[in-house]
This record gives sequence, C-alpha cells and structure tokens, in this order.
Amino acid sequence: MLKFLKISTALVLLGSPALAENFGLGRVALPEEIAAWDLDVRPDGTGLPAGSGDVLTGEEVFADKCAVCHGDFAEGVDNWPKLAGGADTLADEDPLKTVGSYWPYLSTTWDYVNRSMPFGDAQSLAPDEVYAIVAYILYSNDLVDEEFVLSDETFADFEMPNADGFILDNRLESEHALWVGEPCMENCKTDVSVTMRAMVLDVTPQEEASSTETEEVQVAATEDAPAKEAKVEEVAAIDPELIKAGEKVFKKCKACHQIGENAKNRSGPILTGIVGSAAGQVEGFKYSKPLMAMAEDGLVWDEASLQEFLAKPKAFMKGTKMSFAGLKKDADLAAITAYLGSFPKE
Amino acid sequence: MSKSNPSTSRRAFLKGAAASGAGLAAATAATANTPDPLITEVQPWASGLGDGVDVSPYGLPISFEDDVIRRNVEWLTADTISSINFTPIHALDGTITPQGCAFERHHSGAIELRKEDYRLMINGLVDRPLVFSYADLERFPRENHVYFCECAANTGMEWAGAQLNGAQFTHGMIHNMEYTGVPLRTLLEEAGLDAAGELKDKWIYVEGADASSNGRSIPMEKALDDVLIAFKANGEALRKEHGYPVRLVVPGWEGNMWVKWIRRIEVMDGPVESREETSKYTDVLENGIARKWTWEMDAKSVVTSPSPQAPITHGKGPLVITGLAWSGRGAITRVDVSKDGGMTWETARLAKPGEKMALTRFYLDTDWDGEEMFLQSRAIDETGYVQPTKTQLREVRGLNSIYHNNCIQTWWVRPNGEAENVEVS
Repeated sequence: MLKFLKISTALVLLGSPALAENFGLGRVALPEEIAAWDLDVRPDGTGLPAGSGDVLTGEEVFADKCAVCHGDFAEGVDNWPKLAGGADTLADEDPLKTVGSYWPYLSTTWDYVNRSMPFGDAQSLAPDEVYAIVAYILYSNDLVDEEFVLSDETFADFEMPNADGFILDNRLESEHALWVGEPCMENCKTDVSVTMRAMVLDVTPQEEASSTETEEVQVAATEDAPAKEAKVEEVAAIDPELIKAGEKVFKKCKACHQIGENAKNRSGPILTGIVGSAAGQVEGFKYSKPLMAMAEDGLVWDEASLQEFLAKPKAFMKGTKMSFAGLKKDADLAAITAYLGSFPKE
Repeated sequence: MSKSNPSTSRRAFLKGAAASGAGLAAATAATANTPDPLITEVQPWASGLGDGVDVSPYGLPISFEDDVIRRNVEWLTADTISSINFTPIHALDGTITPQGCAFERHHSGAIELRKEDYRLMINGLVDRPLVFSYADLERFPRENHVYFCECAANTGMEWAGAQLNGAQFTHGMIHNMEYTGVPLRTLLEEAGLDAAGELKDKWIYVEGADASSNGRSIPMEKALDDVLIAFKANGEALRKEHGYPVRLVVPGWEGNMWVKWIRRIEVMDGPVESREETSKYTDVLENGIARKWTWEMDAKSVVTSPSPQAPITHGKGPLVITGLAWSGRGAITRVDVSKDGGMTWETARLAKPGEKMALTRFYLDTDWDGEEMFLQSRAIDETGYVQPTKTQLREVRGLNSIYHNNCIQTWWVRPNGEAENVEVS
C-alpha cells in the first residue's frame, strides 16, 4: 500500500471503473503505432528490444555521437552532464551525481539514451548501439571490465551501486509533523544580524536598459544604411523560399551551431559567413584534427563541398567530431546551403 | 510625438530614484510648490492623435513596460535549449501570470507542433488503446481551473546561501494560469480501466512529443483526481513554450510532471523510474541518501515588492508591501509578514481567500518610518503547515537537496529604499 493514498473522492471510485460513460471519441491505436511510441524500459528490463553491445564498440560509438558534449571518457565538457565519476561523493559537501555514482537503475540509462539522445538527433540510434553506449558508460565508471557485453538477456543481472540510495518522500513525518501549529508572533528571537549577502557573490544577471539599447542599435543601423542596402541586394539574388526552407532544416543544427548577429561558438563553431570561407577559420573554436588537416590542404566551404560534407559528414571527413548523421534529401541540402549563404561575413 | 523618451522609462526612474533619492520629488506631486507643467501645459497626447485600431492586431505591453520580461541566468546551464528562465514576479500584481512572461523550462527546446499533427495515445493496461486528435479532445466536457506551476528547483540556488539578488531569480520559476481542459479521468475512462484491475497500486506514465520526452510516472490516484489535459491558458491557446497545443496540468505537484506537448499516457503496474524521476528531481539528504517521489510543492511565500528589483522610490510614509503565497497541499489560509527579520510578525491581508493549488496575493498596507527593514513573509496552508526558515530546512535536509526549497526569504531594505537578498541569524 503506497503511503500517499488517502481517502478521497478519487479513491471512492477506484474500485469501479466500469461506471465510466463512453463518448465514443478517438479511435483504436494500432499495434504498429503502439510499438512506435511505447519505448519505455522498466527497471526489470521490460520493454528492452533484443540486442547486445560491448564496451569497445561502445567506446567508438560514444566518441562518435556523445563525446562532443559528454567528453571522450564521459567526464563531461563545459557545463554538459558528467556521466562518469563521483563514486562515494553523495554525502560530501559537493556531491558528483553521475550514472555510476547516483542513478539507481540501469534501465533508466538505456531508456534515456534510446529515447532522447544524442542531443539534437534523438531516436537515431539502433538498439545495438544503445547497448554498446550503455556498456561503455558502465566501463567509464569502472563498473565493468573491457570484456563486458550488455544484452537484453544479461540486463536484469546488473545492479547499480546506488540502487539502495533512495527513500520514499518522508516530508510528512520528518517535517510537517514538526512545522504545524500557531507560530510565534512576538519576541520570537532576541537578535537579528546579516549572516550572508547576495551582493558579496555578485552572480545576478544585470538588467540591461533595453529601450536605450534598441535606440542605439537603430541609430547604428541608420548610419550604416549603404552597407545594409548592399546586403539586401545580395540576399535578393537568392531564392527566399529556399532560404526559408533552409531555416527549418537548420533546426537540426541549432543544438550545436549559432548563426547571424550575436552568434557565439558552442559545441560547434559560428556559421556566419561560412559559405565561401576557408575551413577552420572561426576564431576561438577548437577544431578536430581531421578538419584542420583538410583545412591545411586548402578546403574551402563552397556550396558543393558543404553539401557533400552535410550529406555524409563521417564519409567526407573521417574522424570529424561533428556528431551528425547527415541530410538525406537533396532538397534539404540545397535549402541549408542557401540558408547558410544568407548570412554573409560581417 | 506621443512617446516619452527612454530615459523616463519606469526602470530608469526606479534606478535613479533608488540611487540618489531624486525620484522623491517627482513621485510626490502633491507637495509641489510650483505648478506642474504636466498639468498646466497642453501635452502632445492631449492634443494630437494616438494609434488607430489594428496597429497591433495582437498587442504587446506598451514599450514603457519592456523591462517586465522573463530573464535567464546564463551560468546555470550549458545551453538555453535545455534550460530555464524566470517570471518577473517582482513587477506583476494580482495572481494570474500573463503567458508571455511566464517562465519557461525546456529539456530539448520548445518545439512547434501543429494541432493538425497532434496525436494523444492512451495504451497499456486499458480495455481499448486509443488515439485522440486535437479535435477529439475538444469534444469532451471540459473544465476551467486556476493552478500554479512551480519548478521543483525554484529557490534551488539559495540552499548554500543568499545568492541571486532579485525575487525574479530566487522565486520566479513559477506561474499561475487559468487552464481549460479535459479531466484526465474522462480520457482514461474512455479507454476503459477494467483491464487494469485493482487501481490502488497502478500508475500512469506520461511523456511528451519533443525529443526529451520528459517522461514521468504518476500514481493512479492522482491521475483520477484532478489532473487535466489542458489546451487553453488564460483564455487563449497555450504558448509554444508552454506545450502548445496540449499539456498536462498536475495541480500542486512539481512542474517537471506537467508534461508539455503530451503525446502518450500508458497505464502501468509500476513506475518507469525514468531519468526525470531518478537522476533528476530526487533530493539528496546530508547522509547521501536521496528522497524520491517528492511530488507535492510545500507551502511557500515571498515578498515581491519591495524587493531588490523593486526598490522603494517614495521615501517614508504609506507603503504597500505585497507578495505571493501558495501551497501544493491545499489553500493558503494566512500569511504573516515581519519587518525585523522574524522577531515580530503581523498578519497580512489576503486579496481574496486562498484557493487550492493556486497563487494567493497578500498585502500589508503599512506606514514606513524610513528605517531599514528585514522583510520576511511566512505562509500557512489549510493543513496547518507553517512555512519553515532556511535553518529549519537545512537541519533536516543539509545543503544538497537542490529541489523543494520553500524557506522564508529575507530582503534587507535600506533607508534609501534599495533591497538586497540576505540571510539573517
């Protein structure tokens, strides 16, 4: 019996769902439709598809599809989640909560990788790839050796180190029981002094004077009028419909790339002005070795080379750290290059 | 010319006033010795013409209010696609949050999903697995309810100490809207629950159509009680960032469970133990053991004005102290306010009697003596629970819970009207 169950109107009807009145709305879900959407995996492995993957295969897939955010050793890049490490730190001043140190069920990792990863290309992994990635994450947490193979058959045998690290919500007993009743209204304490100030830390975002800013931008744009007109002509020569279509395709890129005004390098470089530029030129971005090698050999991103790259990134540039499967449709390739081309160099 | 120039915007006025006291004269026109030109001279807006209708077929707030916006804290997350921003509660009044400035939290970005492309599936332990279109949902009897939605991490940055200087940042992961939708119970009954057998130990698993899916498990008792499949908020369609066209509303429970773009509900014999209910949204205690299934949002309140982003600009005299209170376990019955850091308390006036799982606005109409104040508010809900101090919470939980920080907040208001987020003994 779950502890949160109370006598309520909901419970009164819990035993008698047959009372329900039907509206005859909706239609029956087909088995193929349920199979396509019902992907969740339970702690006992219910819901897992048949398949298997080993640590070494996992290392390759991880380097290819996950390391750009999570690091080669699952240690995490920048502010992106660390998946490994942190064993026995949960009671420390700064606990490190990773798959290895915190997650109670292995099914959660499988389920999440399968359903929602890689970031920006979810549901693109084959079951064997997911098994391999999960095996590698266990390996990077020193929980298995490199011979380890994870499969639907061995899955339920694996117990996570922090499986017993959780209790059910006990606030009603440990807090509510203490914090009820008429509170103190007068002479509740003898002394009040400041023990901590937010100003000392100074981590609050500053409020910009946004109206003033807008004004300044407008002034700048007016002074810059001739340059702006030239840009407009350039864009006008290109098919606006195609650029619009390209903007949609660019959604696949947005998790890692920014373009246009105020664009910043993220896990991928700024793409403003990329069409017609030599490869590997964006300031402050750390490119992969294969890209720098091709750049030294004179690679220029024109429409043809960009389309070849974006159709099959891994084939065009073996070892690229761009974890993107590629665009299958020619129409998408034409659209994305048109869109990228609509952001000329500043 | 009918627009004031930007230097007279409300924000600039507030800043100037708080910094130098220069705003005091302007704000107290009643004591002027010389005639006020705003009255004695014909102003352009009293002589010329304003905008015609349809200048903005769907209107935004007037430009003078352009500082009343959601704000992000960049250092919190790796990327805005999987991040959160904050409702400007310091600048709002009443209880309903306008959709356009209601906080957003996405796990893989706000997607664009047309009503025509929307499908909702109910499967699992049901008599008939069903698929509904958006148009189907509009044919079920629907209800209207006002509920707050608070992220479990609201005030989560304040566990270790006073950190962010503004009610928007310390308490802005909350909004309160009037939802229109169909009770989830109606849809579950349409699919039939005979197949589920005994319902007491059954669960539903809910997930969204976006890449994150944000799946959560909810006990059947809650699912059949007050959960809503909502498609309108504050009278109009949900905004993209709040799950257009359809989201789940789980009254009183942490915002993460209010699945946006909801696409599937599965009736199950146990919880999935998804990423969002194991690795996240679980609360680590001091001994390293974590609480899970901490769904209800406990009673909480905050003074929204005066506060660091809403300083006092008028000097001593009549002052309206106002704020918000709420509880995920029922209605707010009382709010107390302290001006001296918790030594003495006065009971504030509730603008309306508290409503279950909805924001309650409180006011303390007072006469400020111009001296410094340590402003606090303390909510009490219908269960008799009294909002705790941060010290009380820390004694039970330590510093690493992240979620469910409902401590009493202190603003240190200085004689010049400026306020700062502090902790007091």
